Amino acid sequence: MRLTGAKAIVKSLEDEGVEVIFGIPGGVVLPIYDALYDSKIRNILTRHEQGAIHAADGYARATGKVGVCIATSGPGATNLVTGIANAHMDSVPIVAFTGQVATNMIGTDAFQEADTTGITLPIVKHNYLVKKASDLPDVIQEAFYIARTGRPGPVLIDVPVDVSRGELDYQRKETPRLPGYRPTYKGHKRQITEAARLILRSERPVLFVGGGVINSDASAEVKKLAVDNHLPVTHTLMGKGAFPETHRYSLGMLGMHGTRYANYAMCEADLIIGVGVRFDDRITGKLSEFATGAKVIHIDIDPAEIGKNVGVDIPIVGDAKAVLKELIQTVDALRKEENSPDLRPWHKLIYDWKKKYPLNYQLEGKLKPQYIVEKLYQITRGKAIICTEVGQNQMWASQYYKCDYPRRFISSGGLGTMGFGLPASLGAQVGKPKDLVIDIAGDGSVQMTSQELATAVIEKLPIKIFILNNGYLGMVRQWQQLFYNRRYSGSCLKREVSPDFVKLAEAYGLKGIRVTDLDQVEPAINEALSHRGAVLVDFQVEEEENVYPMVAPGAPLYDMIGDILYPVEKIHPEKAEEPFL
Amino acid sequence: MQHTLSVLVENKPGVLARVAELFARRGFNIESLAVGTTDRPDISRMTIVVDVADKSFEQVRKQLHKLINIIEITDLEPQRAVERELMLIKIKVKKESRSEVIEVVDIFRGKIIDVSKDSIIVEVTGSSEKLRAFEDLVRQYGIKELARTGRVALSRG
Repeated sequence: MRLTGAKAIVKSLEDEGVEVIFGIPGGVVLPIYDALYDSKIRNILTRHEQGAIHAADGYARATGKVGVCIATSGPGATNLVTGIANAHMDSVPIVAFTGQVATNMIGTDAFQEADTTGITLPIVKHNYLVKKASDLPDVIQEAFYIARTGRPGPVLIDVPVDVSRGELDYQRKETPRLPGYRPTYKGHKRQITEAARLILRSERPVLFVGGGVINSDASAEVKKLAVDNHLPVTHTLMGKGAFPETHRYSLGMLGMHGTRYANYAMCEADLIIGVGVRFDDRITGKLSEFATGAKVIHIDIDPAEIGKNVGVDIPIVGDAKAVLKELIQTVDALRKEENSPDLRPWHKLIYDWKKKYPLNYQLEGKLKPQYIVEKLYQITRGKAIICTEVGQNQMWASQYYKCDYPRRFISSGGLGTMGFGLPASLGAQVGKPKDLVIDIAGDGSVQMTSQELATAVIEKLPIKIFILNNGYLGMVRQWQQLFYNRRYSGSCLKREVSPDFVKLAEAYGLKGIRVTDLDQVEPAINEALSHRGAVLVDFQVEEEENVYPMVAPGAPLYDMIGDILYPVEKIHPEKAEEPFL
Repeated sequence: MQHTLSVLVENKPGVLARVAELFARRGFNIESLAVGTTDRPDISRMTIVVDVADKSFEQVRKQLHKLINIIEITDLEPQRAVERELMLIKIKVKKESRSEVIEVVDIFRGKIIDVSKDSIIVEVTGSSEKLRAFEDLVRQYGIKELARTGRVALSRG
């Protein structure tokens, strides 16, 4: 089949099953946009390239499919950079197309030229500069394959304009030819047996799950392993939903703003079974005091993650689902041989911590952000897809919106990209049109990509944006309060001056609601949820509320501050469930 | 510790940049690098010598493995590998020192490949140590220019 390069790109996308692409046209991608004009692929025009790639990211996380975005050369491509780095850090499958100046102009500082493959080199799983139109089908097929297999990640394809305009015979290979790319899926048998024995012998095990579980669709296996063997489970931010948070074995999130009981459990454990995690610094606290008494089993598809930060006793390289399946069987087979210790004292200890140190905040005084998230959780019965921005809003969302299923909590973890939530929620809504999609936002973050409000309205994406508006770059302010002697340098956003979020919403054609008092919270949430279109709710909350508990940067995980300030009868605790006894 | 990595890569544009970036990002200096095609024109071999602590080296090696264009990595242990380097060196010679220099070249089994009125160019191959020894010996006569290929290596057997 004789096609132009641009038509071959669109044909390849169709052959890959792509339903939607997010992007902005410009000079050198016009041939591709022209070809898209005749395609069934939905073409969503965002208002900034960063919006396009975060939307593709949100789409990918909500659906498990590869997200696709497109930008022109030069500034279009550089505007994608943040989103590429974001997807790289959180292992999100994305294929990003960028236009490039004509091949004979490359390297001449031509108009809107940037060395896109050079700039993105350290933040992609792989990238391509396509020199010949005839290379396009293979390159695109390889890009999708690389993006979604192994440890997923972003792949960028830079297409010079003469390549899009060139011609080729379109042919698609059965499978891409990649001699240097062979991810390991199956775990090492002997290592799995060793791991099984450790699990059966341990007295204080903790199962520690992350984004890898969600990427490999292994939540059912996590649940089975945990329930069969009575393992308490804690998760990272990326692992939210990998194990039901309302389950009595759940310890919630661990780390810098994790629950006190999750962090205590990690510190007291004699065995940590990490699955699809990378022992990030926000999780381990002071590395030299991290889990000093525990043996560590680490299951991950990326060998470079194993032993990177924390010494590992039993490394298992493989796909979480495949390895866990085998591990479950092996544990079952060995159960009779091993005289397993009684885990009830361990569960009792954890239960006592849960009772003694629940997540809490004080309801008195000005409107509290935690209360809003809690109410939102109750009213939606935990059924919404939650996207977050980055900062305090993100931590409160993860603490108070419990998540029972994978792919329902979408947040920028590794890179911590402010401005992620709004465009990501658009992508999630595109991928999951029947679900309720909510962006729990901060006033600082949401202003970084607020132009995408237009995209929400024009594309009829009924997302609900709940801004926890405290008038500050809240997490920055919290650090300044705690570690810089309350000198709020450059962190006050002066909400009383600007912007008026309700007017901003209305200007873009959204419904805008403002809430200042506690008793307005529930009606406002209900009103927002029952509105058919996109809604923005501006919750004017307490300016100086902090996220607690907190492990100060560089402190060991057990050294948490801030959450036991109030007399017990004044706190607003969550309930601890009875342990199994 | 010094490591010699023998890396088989796809012979494609940009591969060297990807490899170099991995080392540069961690602030590791590449001590020597030699690249050339193998018996298959679509595959090149890079021989990379780096001096890094073992733990960091292990991490870099794993990261290298993740690069899509990299096919195989071997960490060559000196006892089980043959290593060679080639050096071209332009040495100042005067009438009275000429025969002395030629004697040294002979001892090192070097080859004189260019002769002019006041200098000669010598080709020497061997281990890095041998080349360094040669360099030290001829320094007294004056070195005008010097070029080394970087180490190439293959595992024995």
